[in-house]
Amino acid sequence: MPKYLLSVWSREDDPMPPDDEVQAMFAAVGRFNEEVQAEGAWVFAGGLHPASTATVVDGRGGDVVTTDGPYAESKEQMGGFWVLEAPDLDAAIDLARRGSAACHGKVEVRPFQDDV
Amino acid sequence: MPTPAPGDDPAPHANPSTDTTVDQVFREEYGRVVAALVRRFGDIELAEDVAQEAFVEAVSRWPRSGLPPNPGAWLTTTAKNRAIDRLRRESTRDARHAQAAAMLGPFDDDDVDPDTVSSVPDERLRLIFTCCHPALARDAQVALTLRLLGGLTMAEIARAFLVDEAAMSKRLTRSKQKIKAAHIPYRIPPDHELPSRLAGVLATLYLVFNEGYLPSSPDVEVRTDLSAEAIRQARVLASLMPDEPEVLGLLALMLLTEARRPARFADGVLVTLPEQDRTLWDARLVAEGHDLVRACLRRGRPGPYQIQAAINAVHTDAGLAEATDWGQIVALYDQLYAVTPTPVVALNRAVALAERDGPTAGLVALEAVHGLDGYHAYQAARADLLRRAGRVAEAVEAYRTAVELSANPAERAYLAGRLAELSAARW
Repeated sequence: MPKYLLSVWSREDDPMPPDDEVQAMFAAVGRFNEEVQAEGAWVFAGGLHPASTATVVDGRGGDVVTTDGPYAESKEQMGGFWVLEAPDLDAAIDLARRGSAACHGKVEVRPFQDDV
Repeated sequence: MPTPAPGDDPAPHANPSTDTTVDQVFREEYGRVVAALVRRFGDIELAEDVAQEAFVEAVSRWPRSGLPPNPGAWLTTTAKNRAIDRLRRESTRDARHAQAAAMLGPFDDDDVDPDTVSSVPDERLRLIFTCCHPALARDAQVALTLRLLGGLTMAEIARAFLVDEAAMSKRLTRSKQKIKAAHIPYRIPPDHELPSRLAGVLATLYLVFNEGYLPSSPDVEVRTDLSAEAIRQARVLASLMPDEPEVLGLLALMLLTEARRPARFADGVLVTLPEQDRTLWDARLVAEGHDLVRACLRRGRPGPYQIQAAINAVHTDAGLAEATDWGQIVALYDQLYAVTPTPVVALNRAVALAERDGPTAGLVALEAVHGLDGYHAYQAARADLLRRAGRVAEAVEAYRTAVELSANPAERAYLAGRLAELSAARW
């Protein structure tokens, strides 16, 4: 079964929504996660701390170089993701539609390379 | 009937015009052959490769052997056998391909004499929904549809959309890779998704048609080849989905628009609808379009393409421009605006209103349309109404803007002509 990365993107300078909205969003995402597990599409998922907590590591040379901050210098950053199984892109898009509605964010759907 | 092998007896049915016949068969059958192969093997690149090989074989064989009774079935079976040979060859080298070949199942159903196969299932509908999948950009949808279903070459598509062939080739390759990697399905969408997905297919075909009808190119007035291809695809779609009134509506809209093509230009200058010589209109296309409009309106499920077709039917119904039923056209634009409230529809409604109630009423309606200042057709309509309302200075200004905004040479020539008339009258 093909696997897809469903990543949630937002602008980090967007104002935080009010507390009750955030709580409702967490509850909706929790429900969506349970549904996806019951449907057998679940592989893995997680929410991330802000991109400002990220560290870039370059181990290509002899010395390891670590740099503060996310790799992409962009206002748009990934805030969390699902890895889900779906028979085809239409099914994955439908999962993304539900996930996007639950988390109040735009979701990018990207296929994993097929298992060999 | 046994198939004569190449080099057999001097073909009794050989036809001196087989070259043109093969061209025709190619145009008519390419999409069907590719679609059947994609369905069977799930691989667009493979389907295209073996379809090309089958056509090459036909070109060398048919002039000697004559056309098989069912050229499409012959091509599909020939291509299918090529694909199977190729997969078997690869499977002896590579365990993964062996597995893939095994998944294809038994090949017995192909061991039929291709000349006697009466029909192959028509898989084009699935393929067009794949080509026009909303996960692909619109220009990629257009290119894929023209390539896979129309059989247009990369060079033809590139020329039609004024991009260089390398760029077009890259775009097509990327789109095909996405279809494969992301598992874009090859199927007709389920009922609850069909209206929105079908709207995407129709929009793609209409875009191709319009690019052929009034190209944005500065060098060419019309591209009949693109319009003809869009009509051909719409006919296929109508034959495959005879119960979808919007499909019939789009076909009717294209036919009624196409019917007026012979009257649209005089010496490279655009001739507007009221000034066209209506005896030049293609009566056969008009009649077919009118039949289709009646057929889809009977179904009582109006949609934007059917309404636009109905508007065009009112125009083509009038033997003289003065006989046009503008009241009915305004009513149809009201209906169209109710389902697609876009500024362009509001613009066209204002133009119809001017015909019914006079240029001043039309200008009032036009003032209420926002966001089209940079659209050549808006400025041209405004210029025309200002001229007819006697507001010459404003009309001159609007014609100047319209000429600057228009990219089509015939339209520019028409607008420049109007501008010259006005300027001459003024001074």
